[in-house]
Amino acid sequence: MARNLSRRTLLTSSALLAGGMLGGCGREFHKSDTVRRILGSAEHANFVVQRALGDRMQLAREYDEADISPDFQGNGTTNPATAEYDAMAANGFADWRLELTGLFVRPQAFSMAQLRAMPQRTQITRHDCVEGWSAIGKWTGVPLKLLLDRAGLGKGANYLVFHCADRLSGVRYYESIDLIDAYHPQTIMAHRLNGTDVPVKNGAPLRLRVERQLGYKHAKYVQQIEAVESLGNMYGGKGGYWEDVGNYAWYAGI
Amino acid sequence: MLGKMDSDMKQARGRTTPKHRLMTRLWHWVNAAAVIILFMSGLNIFNAHPRLYWGSYGSWGDPAWLQLSRFPGWATIPGYYSLADARMWHFFFAWVLAVALLIFMIVSLINRHFQRDVHITRTEWRWSTLRADIAQHLRRNFTHGSGTYNVLQKIAYALVLFAGLPLMIFTGLTMSPAMAANWPWLLDIFGGRQSARSIHFIVTWILFAFFALHILLVLLSGPLRQVRDMITDGTREPEERI
Repeated sequence: MARNLSRRTLLTSSALLAGGMLGGCGREFHKSDTVRRILGSAEHANFVVQRALGDRMQLAREYDEADISPDFQGNGTTNPATAEYDAMAANGFADWRLELTGLFVRPQAFSMAQLRAMPQRTQITRHDCVEGWSAIGKWTGVPLKLLLDRAGLGKGANYLVFHCADRLSGVRYYESIDLIDAYHPQTIMAHRLNGTDVPVKNGAPLRLRVERQLGYKHAKYVQQIEAVESLGNMYGGKGGYWEDVGNYAWYAGI
Repeated sequence: MLGKMDSDMKQARGRTTPKHRLMTRLWHWVNAAAVIILFMSGLNIFNAHPRLYWGSYGSWGDPAWLQLSRFPGWATIPGYYSLADARMWHFFFAWVLAVALLIFMIVSLINRHFQRDVHITRTEWRWSTLRADIAQHLRRNFTHGSGTYNVLQKIAYALVLFAGLPLMIFTGLTMSPAMAANWPWLLDIFGGRQSARSIHFIVTWILFAFFALHILLVLLSGPLRQVRDMITDGTREPEERI
């Protein structure tokens, strides 16, 4: 009897699986909360396991000058093209400010000149887009850790939110990372790419590099870094533009 | 033959021997479901950038060794283009595939399924044996050979188990920027992230070819009995076995 039961269970579950696969391909099925919750559990598993498998300071591979891509692809917004942005671009971004707001002990703003005067890190790294392509570029910028030390991260701060100058479909682009990535040595606010100022298509004048995650985490045109306790109350609540709008994973390590 | 049957029966303590062990059957169906979902969601992911490169980098401005148009919706999961949703399916069932394969491998070493049924003996590697086996296949006689599987079957299964599926797992991990940072040797053994992506794609179609051949041979060798045996255990009454 037990044997028959297990056979029946096996047959039924196979049939259900096949049914779910073939019959359940409607948009409603894929967008349903239950399906998303079950499949989304893999995102959490990836986050926990990938973090556990490596040192939290483990560096992404750095390449040689000879490995640099001839053209570094610009993706997503390739020009914010607002009147305000165009005016600042025309002025060589002399008026661009990076504001540190939220849970900081000493909230403050940095001009591009101030950022350039700080200690810099240069790294030749591979940029992996969620779409599948990769580009290698040489980035120079201020380690984010130095900015956090200047402003003094306040109690209860768990995430950094990067607010950007560009809008996609009328919504302001933003991204967020946790403190492990924030203090990672390769996490820099980059203002130079391949020996020149970062081109507009790649995020001029300032973009985040967070080398162990996919491209959409690398916020471009960054104007503000906000330290927050949780991401749930900001924008769509999922911690990033593509996370809110397109159901992409917040943890983009894979 | 009688002697073998006797010992088989003794081993099963009064029961006749199952053709497929419970773990083999469980893994077969879990793996089948995972592979199909990974294949179809993988095609959806490929559609986001239907170009392939060798080396570390590769993008629209770089030379591609292969450029395709998008795979149609009926071949993908979901049935509409969504990179984000396809990635959810892909990464969930990647865990299913990898964990199931690991458990199956450990259990199959312990219950000696690999050693007894998949291990290819020195005699079987002889050209004469291989040639005879090919000839039998061409005559559509699939029930020859001394063990559960004939030698061509063993070679095919061993390649899928020990080369194809592990290659898919490790080239997949190489594409993850976090895993490539954790295990930089992944980038070295596959020759860079874009090469890993190309190998992932090529092995996909090799596994697809195995799948097609596998289905064809099941259809040619009594599909109802074959599928029944892979769901139930394929236990035979002694007279039926002969």
